[in-house]
Formats: sequence, C-alpha cells, structure tokens
Amino acid sequence: MNVLLDHLPQFREGFLGTLSITAASAALALVLGIVIAGFRVSPIPPLRAFGTAWVTLLRNTPLTLLFLIAFFVIPQIFFPGTSPFVLAMGALGCYTSSFVCEAVRSGINTVPLGQAEAARSLGMTFFQTLRLIVLPQATRSVIPPMSSIFIALTKNSAIAGAFSNTELFNVSKLLSDKGFAIGWIFLWIALCYLVITFAISGLFRLLESRLEVAR
Amino acid sequence: MSSSVLYDAPGPKARIRNRIYSVVGGLAVLGLIVFAVVRLNDKGQFAPEMWDIFNYAGVRTSIRDGVVTTLKVFAVAAVLSLVLGVLLAVGRLSDHKAVRWFATGFIELFRAVPLLITIYVLWVLFLTYRSDLGLSGDNTGFWALVIGLTVYNGSVQAEVLRAGINSVPRGQSEAAYALGMRKTQVMMTVLVPQAVRAMLPTIISQLVVTLKDTSLGYVITYQELLFQLQQLAGNIVVNDDNPYVPVIIVGGAIYIAMCLALSALATWIERRGRRAKTGIRVADAGQPLAAADALDVVDHSAVSAPDAPTGKTN
Repeated sequence: MNVLLDHLPQFREGFLGTLSITAASAALALVLGIVIAGFRVSPIPPLRAFGTAWVTLLRNTPLTLLFLIAFFVIPQIFFPGTSPFVLAMGALGCYTSSFVCEAVRSGINTVPLGQAEAARSLGMTFFQTLRLIVLPQATRSVIPPMSSIFIALTKNSAIAGAFSNTELFNVSKLLSDKGFAIGWIFLWIALCYLVITFAISGLFRLLESRLEVAR
Repeated sequence: MSSSVLYDAPGPKARIRNRIYSVVGGLAVLGLIVFAVVRLNDKGQFAPEMWDIFNYAGVRTSIRDGVVTTLKVFAVAAVLSLVLGVLLAVGRLSDHKAVRWFATGFIELFRAVPLLITIYVLWVLFLTYRSDLGLSGDNTGFWALVIGLTVYNGSVQAEVLRAGINSVPRGQSEAAYALGMRKTQVMMTVLVPQAVRAMLPTIISQLVVTLKDTSLGYVITYQELLFQLQQLAGNIVVNDDNPYVPVIIVGGAIYIAMCLALSALATWIERRGRRAKTGIRVADAGQPLAAADALDVVDHSAVSAPDAPTGKTN
C-alpha cells in the first residue's frame, strides 16, 4: 500500500507514459495498417507483394527483436539522434500494423460481393469503391478484432519500458531495484493495466453498438 | 490477374493504367530498398569481414545454444500452458461457484497484465527467495520465463478452449448424459476432445505467440536466442563497428523460419480438419485475431460459433 502512496508521482508518470506510447503507436499502426491493407487488396502486383512481405515478416518476428533493431540499428545507420519514444513508437506501430492490416483485410472480405459489384456498375473507380462503399461497411466487422489488437498493443508497450522509456514496467523495475516489495508493486501495476484494458474494451463495445447496422 | 471483390478483370485502358501504377509502385518499393541498402553499405555493414564472423565456431556455437535454449523454454512452456489451459477452461465451466470464480479471476488477471511484467516479477521473486526454492544460477531465469509464459498462455488457451467447448453442439453432452456418464466423463471424454479438435489451428497460432514471447527472456538476461544475438553483436567489433545488422538478419531469419514452420502446421491441420467429415467446425488458422497477443477475440468466436453451421453431428 505504502509503495503506491509514497511514489504516486512515479506511478502517475508511468501510467501517462504507457497511455501516450500506446496512443501514439496505435495511431501509427492504424494508418500503416489501413494503407498496407489497401496495398494488399489493390490490383498492383508490386504493392501487393510489398504488403504480403510486410505482414509475413512482421507477424513472425518477436517484438523484442524489432525493439533491438529500432534501438541499435536505426539510430546508428539511418536516423541518428531519434528519441527513444519515437523509436519505441516505430517498433510497436510497425509490429501492430501487420495485425491491423490483416483485420482490415478480413473485414473487407466480409462485405458482400454485390456491394462492390453495384458500386462498379455505377462507374466508381477502385478508390471510390474502397473509400465510399467497402471500408465503411468493413469497419463494423473490423471493430471487435481491433479492440483486442489495441489491448495487445497496450500490453506490448511494456517492452518499451525495458528500452529506456518511462512507463509502467519501467516504474515497477525502478521501484523493485530500490528494494520495495515486488508483490505490492505488481498488484498496483496490474491494476493500472486493468484500468487501461477495460477502458479500451469498453470504448470499443460502445463503438460497436453505435455502429451496429442490420445487414 | 486474380478476381477480387474490389475490381473487375481489367480492360485495355485499366490494364495500361495498372501497368503504370505497377511501375511507379515498384519503383517506390525498390527505392526504399535501395535507400536501405545504400545506407547500410555506407556504414560498412555489408563488408565481407562483417559477415565473416559466422565462420567462427564460437559464434555458431552460441547461436546454436541460443536456439536450443529458446526451443527448450518453448517446449516446456507449451506443454505446461496447454495443461493449465485445459484445467482453467474446465474450471471456468465448473458448477461450483468458488472454482468458477477462481478460474475466471486467474484468467482475467494474467491476461490483462503484460507478460513482460509477469516474467519480471517472477524473476525478482525467484532471485529473492532463491535459496528457499532451491534454484541456482540459470534456473531462476528459466523458471521465471517458463512459468510466466505458462500462466499467460495458459489463460489465453483456456479462453480458446472454452470457446471450443461452447461450440460443441448441445446434443453431444445431452447424449452423453443420457448414456449415464458423469459430469467429469462428459467433459473429459466428449467435450474437451471435440473442443481441442475444433480449436487446434487457433491453439497452434497461440503457440506461435508463445514461441515469439520466449524472446522476452532477453529483458531478464536469460540466455535465449535473442540475448545471445545481442551479446554477440555487442561483444564483437569488426572495422570499429558492431555487426548488429548481419547478426539481426541471421537471427531474424531463424525466428521467422521457426514461426512460419509452426504456422504452416496450423494451416495444414486446419485443411485436414476441414476435409474430415466429423462435423466439427475447425477454426480459422489465418485469423489475425488469434495471432494477436490479446485474444479478447475468443469471446467473439464463443458468441458466433453456435450459429455457425455445425454439420451433421446433431
């Protein structure tokens, strides 16, 4: 109990750190994931191949390895002086984007064939069909998997703490290094994560019920 | 060109346009690759000496040791998590309130907490009480990793199995009860085997996650593959530089090969399961959801599975 009260500032800092790294990489993953999903369903072979390679490689690589690449290769070879936050965001965002891409792609597949055919017979182009007809309808079936992807992202963000970002894992590590009872720290940290993950699943449930349409 | 929901077989105009896009897109992708290669080359990461390190026996041995340790952790954790998964799934469906609540609480807690934190906390606990537990040296890291992976993946597998058990047609258990079987018998001889069969692809996809997550041992300095790779790259100096890129390319290829092999197994089993006329609906191996590490997902399949066509079994 005392661990929490005595170190409230650290816990708050860690909580906010987890929130911000999660939010930032969720935004990156969403944008990248939708773009790559667009690549994967497009009629252009090089982009399709790129999308497939992206998803296959990233889904089968441990996130910790991506963090190693982000922190040991990127600053030395490509962009020196990048902040740890941006590096962690890049690793988490790219990793998660492959899952987002697959969710969006399977969402697109749930849209009945007739919808796209009707759009095409009205003379819509690929982009118009995708943007106006297919994606809005795909959104609904994409939301449940998206919720679990973002919950996973929240939990994966703990690895950022091992790579010098201030967030909840980092805080628990600092406090246990100072010799506080690990059991209590674990309990409070677990509670913090429960709050975040329940908030995310609640938010998505709300979205789901708002966007529900009869089909 | 494959037919798709989104576009017709292209006509002459579209074919020309697609060809132009292909060239432009191809050039863009190529440009990215060239940029990376040129930059890596400038930094001397493609120098032959950098790649020569893999000719040394010591380097090979430590990579091999890393692979063996990773596989060892994976094997123990996979078996234990499956056992725990069955126990928790059965516990969650138990008629006794206390058992049900305990299983639910356990699953919810360990699914919500990042695996890294679970592993780290176990590691600190094991280090603190090392003498009482009779652990020594490397064992603390090993058991922290194995037990962490077990409780997390066991919780996830429990949810997968629960969804599977719920998707077994009701007639199955009704028939079993009508034959005079006891509750335990119905569960263990009728429901669990069918659930496992239906969910095998998802279970294996989750095992891929387990395999990837063994790399978290890196954070608690356990000597698995990723840690070995990092040590190698950090300790060897070639041309005044650390060979991070060659080591990561080789290590990444090993990880990807291991995971793809497991995924291929899942797809194969899924196809076999579809072919068999047992009436058990086999889950989708390619489900991105199943491969994502969270798996709230499984709750959805629990909801949706009963409406799905279940074949001729009932």
